Amino acid sequence: MLDRLSFPQPWLSLILFTTWQFLSEGISGASVVMGLLLAWLIPQITRGFWPERPAFIKPWRMPMYLLILLWDIVVASFSVARLILSPRKPRPVFVSYPLQVEHPLAISILASTISLTPGTVSADVSDDQKLLLIHTLDAEDDQSVIDAIHNRYEKPLLEMFR
Amino acid sequence: MSTFVEYAISALLVIGGAFTLIGAIGLARLPDFFTRLHGPTKATTLGVGAIMLSSVVYFSSAGHGIGISEILITVFLLMTAPVSANMLAKAAMHMGVKPMENTRGNPWEQ
Repeated sequence: MLDRLSFPQPWLSLILFTTWQFLSEGISGASVVMGLLLAWLIPQITRGFWPERPAFIKPWRMPMYLLILLWDIVVASFSVARLILSPRKPRPVFVSYPLQVEHPLAISILASTISLTPGTVSADVSDDQKLLLIHTLDAEDDQSVIDAIHNRYEKPLLEMFR
Repeated sequence: MSTFVEYAISALLVIGGAFTLIGAIGLARLPDFFTRLHGPTKATTLGVGAIMLSSVVYFSSAGHGIGISEILITVFLLMTAPVSANMLAKAAMHMGVKPMENTRGNPWEQ
């Protein structure tokens, strides 16, 4: 009974609560009550989808990671735009990327990062969570794609989730 | 509102519109399903980002406070775009959509 009334993911509850305060027009009694209700209800409903507590070791590295990601999105958008507007055909590749991160949350962050940066979409994770299938829009060879992703995104994630 | 801010807003709107347009052109021009997936998902990322930024600049300079809700909308878009792209790619592989001829590598069977 007490378990039903608790906050199983305190950080998620805190994020939900603050997000709700920003979304409503100014902080009022009603928005605080509604925010608390959502901060309790949503983690309770979704608790089955979180296999274990997220194991962030170094969360302060996240802002730097996001800044690098934003910069890469801008740069890579221009190269994809050039490719779309140029007459030559793209050279798509399906790359099997060997994953070194093991935590499920880290894998999903990496997969989302890959999908967000223009030119690559992560298509699937193998059942044993060792391989990530990536569709690349235009690439010379597989190894350069794998190295770029490993050095730029996977290494910081490995540091964060060790 | 100063002239500089107006120029900044216009520039951001043009950049956002241009990238959204390029994404749409990509959807029409690229040869197969998997390459077409890249056009629209990417247009959302930068195109919508620039349009949202112009909205933030406009409302903060017009004295309505900084537009936190616009930033939240952008964050939500950035969080959901990869998931939908991933689901589309997975569905296509499941149905056995053929990639274009010069694609190297194969989607898995599992």
